[in-house]
Amino acid sequence: MKAVTERAAHSTKPRRGATAEEMSARQKEVSVSEFFVKNRHLLGFDNPRKALLTTVKEAVDNSLDACEEGGILPDIAVVIEDLDPRRPATSKSSRYRVTIIDNGPGIVRKQVENIFGRLLYGSKFHRLKMSRGQQGIGISAAGMNGLITTGRPMVIHTKPNAKQAAHHLELAMNTKTNRAEVTLDKETKDFPPERFRTISAGTKQLSAEGTFLSPDVFATGTSVSIELEGKYQKGRGSVDEFLELTAIANPHARIIFVPPSRTTQEEGDDLLPGTSASAAQEGKKEAPAQTSETGGVIVYPRGVQELPPETKEIQPHPKGIELGILLQMLKDYEASEKGTLYDFLQTRFCRVSSSTASKFCSAIGVTSRTKAADIEPPEVEKLFKVFEDERLAPPPTDCLAPIGVRQLLAGLLKGVKAEFYAASTREAAVYRGRPFQIEAAIAFGGDLPADQSARVIRFANRVPLLFQQSACSSFKAVEETPWKNYAMQQPRGSLPVGPLVVMIHMASVWVPFTSESKEAIADYDEIRKEMKLALMECGRKLGTYLRKRQKMRRESERRDVFERYIGEIAKSLNAITNEDAKRLYDALLEQARKKTAVADQHLDEDGKVVREEEDDFDDDGVILVPTAIAPIEQSAPIAPISFEPVESKSSAAKKPPSSKSAPKTTEKQAAKAAPAIVTKKDLSARSEEKSSGTSKPATSSKSAGSTANKPFEDDDPRLF
Amino acid sequence: MAKKSNTPASSSPKPASGKVKERDIATQRKILTLAEEIVRRSLGGREPIVQIPTRTKSNTIWNKKKGILEMGGATAERPLFDLKTAKQFMQTMLHASTIKDLIEAQKTSSLRGVFYKAKHTVAGTKENTFDTQDESDPILEDLEVALGALREELHVFAENRGSMVGNITIVDKGDEIDCRRMGSGGYALPSIVEPDIIQFKKCEAKFVLHVEKGTVWNRFNEDRFWEKHNCILTHGAGQPPRGCRRLLQRLNQELKLPIICVLDNDPWGHYIYSVIKQGSISLAFESTRLAIPDAKFLGIRAKDFRECGLDDAVKIDLTDNDIKRAREIAAYPWFEAHKGWQKEINALLSNGFKMEVESLITKDISYVSETYVPERLKAKDWLE
Repeated sequence: MKAVTERAAHSTKPRRGATAEEMSARQKEVSVSEFFVKNRHLLGFDNPRKALLTTVKEAVDNSLDACEEGGILPDIAVVIEDLDPRRPATSKSSRYRVTIIDNGPGIVRKQVENIFGRLLYGSKFHRLKMSRGQQGIGISAAGMNGLITTGRPMVIHTKPNAKQAAHHLELAMNTKTNRAEVTLDKETKDFPPERFRTISAGTKQLSAEGTFLSPDVFATGTSVSIELEGKYQKGRGSVDEFLELTAIANPHARIIFVPPSRTTQEEGDDLLPGTSASAAQEGKKEAPAQTSETGGVIVYPRGVQELPPETKEIQPHPKGIELGILLQMLKDYEASEKGTLYDFLQTRFCRVSSSTASKFCSAIGVTSRTKAADIEPPEVEKLFKVFEDERLAPPPTDCLAPIGVRQLLAGLLKGVKAEFYAASTREAAVYRGRPFQIEAAIAFGGDLPADQSARVIRFANRVPLLFQQSACSSFKAVEETPWKNYAMQQPRGSLPVGPLVVMIHMASVWVPFTSESKEAIADYDEIRKEMKLALMECGRKLGTYLRKRQKMRRESERRDVFERYIGEIAKSLNAITNEDAKRLYDALLEQARKKTAVADQHLDEDGKVVREEEDDFDDDGVILVPTAIAPIEQSAPIAPISFEPVESKSSAAKKPPSSKSAPKTTEKQAAKAAPAIVTKKDLSARSEEKSSGTSKPATSSKSAGSTANKPFEDDDPRLF
Repeated sequence: MAKKSNTPASSSPKPASGKVKERDIATQRKILTLAEEIVRRSLGGREPIVQIPTRTKSNTIWNKKKGILEMGGATAERPLFDLKTAKQFMQTMLHASTIKDLIEAQKTSSLRGVFYKAKHTVAGTKENTFDTQDESDPILEDLEVALGALREELHVFAENRGSMVGNITIVDKGDEIDCRRMGSGGYALPSIVEPDIIQFKKCEAKFVLHVEKGTVWNRFNEDRFWEKHNCILTHGAGQPPRGCRRLLQRLNQELKLPIICVLDNDPWGHYIYSVIKQGSISLAFESTRLAIPDAKFLGIRAKDFRECGLDDAVKIDLTDNDIKRAREIAAYPWFEAHKGWQKEINALLSNGFKMEVESLITKDISYVSETYVPERLKAKDWLE
């Protein structure tokens, strides 16, 4: 403005600018919806691929929240239909219809428009309670995005009452008014929508088995369909990854995903190794629930049968409040209750007892009978200072529902094929007066790629965070954790390198995201510190395990080396002294065996708890999957030594390892129905068995420790 | 633990001189004793161990009275069941067996020959018993000290290195060699020069001039220095090998010839002198046969740059490593107590540069053989 008037004063040319009056005519309120139409990227609709993901994500988050609040074990179906399957291969995007069906409590008719048709309308914004959604933007923004890209309204089926018919609505949002316009409103008996049951070969099969959209399970619930311009492509940041991670963080949920018939396949950036269809197949028979695939339909089964404990809503904590908010709270209180400051402090804050409240009152020079309305702004400011200085108990933590060590492990076990899992849950802590709790879990080894940086998977209130990894507090916490102390490699100031997946979960009544699209957790010192502590707890367990493994490997190498050399030594000594080479060899071999007895032990010591039942996880938060442990490498197989120089090498090489062909082995295998996890008791019993086996008379052709050198053969009798 | 009838020594087919045979039987017995002890331990369930006297600086004692380095009494155990020593243990056994075969067959072998004899793939693996000769040579030295037998007693020799000309006639394995008539190449010094191989027949020379390397030796030989000054001229191709040092020592001990060294003016040259004079750490066990406590260091000296008026171009800057090395040498007990050497090393350090013997060529092609050495010899200007 100033520039304009100055120019007007100093120039003889006709005015180019506008007068304040003219400008005022153009100044008007911007509706939230309009703002977000122009700024879709803020909500995660930057490109077609991400738009598809965000749509799924918002709907799934809502469904899970609704089910949990309704006390129902979530059963969620995600169906993506390709509406333009004959598009040319070169097209960058396509039109999809995304439908999410849940078995939640449903939505009462009069709230449907508000929930799906208004931005910033929701139950979650105004309260301090742990939930996936926070702002009330998500699903309506997804609907809005669909409407903008395809012109098609959102289709909603919801059935709040099991005994009554479902509502069928179609909503189009009016961005000007931030209100939904209902284009169709009727009652229907079609819930869950029948047509999905026959949408693909896989759904037909599952429906026939009664495991897909069964009316028994979906007695109540909601189904949302949104058509949008999108792109379905697997890999990082895909719908698949999102659902997979959601399944990990929500082991109590059963999720079925019906992907579109056509995929835009680009670089083969695969998901977590071990969750491919083939891996899932063999997983079926194992005890822990594993992801499976039926005719293209992916089923993420339920890992645990309990809902997470219900979280309580809490009042703000005085320490976390800001002055402006305090003023606003007072104003609200005046308007609604017209009570005293003394009451206000006690009812509108947590951890303020009557004595603390009177302390506060006297500290700012008012009595306990002073009305809240009579408090002047300077006194409010004083009160704010007193809040800062007063020592108060931290906020209650029963408002948080961490995933829990057991569920974390169940989730990871479901999604990541590794050999070692550890998890830890920290005590609740506080940032800016808001309670939060950090959990971490790690998976190591197995099928994970060994030469890459560790993969970090992040969750906030059980929602996977897929983008902006490096901006996230959790990512920094992983980088700052001293992984080298836990026998991992870690280039300075970066992620550890090795077959490692690191999972971090932050549960809080208010997760501080860096943006509205909820992609990264803001970097508060208190949060990062807790994350580091949780990671260090896991790291220590990993370190113990790895060091033990290293020791075993060294022992094994040692024996290897000794056994390699004693043949030569026996021959040399024979040449000098004429002592029988065979006798010398056996004597030395026996000594070598004794020296390296540690290598025959199993990983069933210090803290490596190994259990049969998945429901029986130890508090230690560690699982070991011996089947996944890579065999200890050795430079060259030791063939039996024969003292006839020429023949020995060739005949030795052909001999198969003795443990595999023994009939006893197969019997054992058959007798034992393969549990994925081996108990401590079991292992020690088996190692006894094993050692008694090897102590039987050894003949000269007996392989020199072939069993010991590969302690974890897949079909090793010691494991099953 | 029964010993079988065909003990190797008795089955030895080759006839040899009484003395040699006796020595070989003794060596055979030493090898057998070592092996039998290991067999006893193995069969008795105890860990097989070879005791090897340590060839390190810490186990080297400066015998001030004799003026030589001697090996201390410390030994290191080389157990089989230790990852660090398992392979070496095996290699020691292989070499012991190889040497036993050599003696039995009454043959000698080069170091490289022994290496190849014992080198093969370990049965049932892809690993070689030895990968390089660098692994093999120290094992042989270990066996020398462990058995208390010299290399020649083990029937092993090194390659010929170093040359000799001069007013002396020797007998080498029965062949008479007149070192006055050796042409431009000289008599190649074998690695075994013990009295049973080499005898001194006739010697007129009054001293031995030992130079560091072949190029300088060539200069002196071409100028017939040994003829003019009635001496023996030798070089050891840098750090002189055992054969060269043993021969010098015998010339010094048996013929009472002074040994006068012309070496580079740098820490390496000083070190060569130190080894010739007092013996080396790794061969401290042989010092009595190798060290020449009255060997003399004629040059070239730090002062020569100025005294001889050399050109700046001959200067070679001392590296950090040279400086470090010079300080170490200055701290050797036999140099530490020697004022002349302290002065010499300090002069080198304060010069800040080193000089090779060849730098004297800048004055004149034969300056070193016709002016420098004769003048210094006359003045007896040397360090002891």
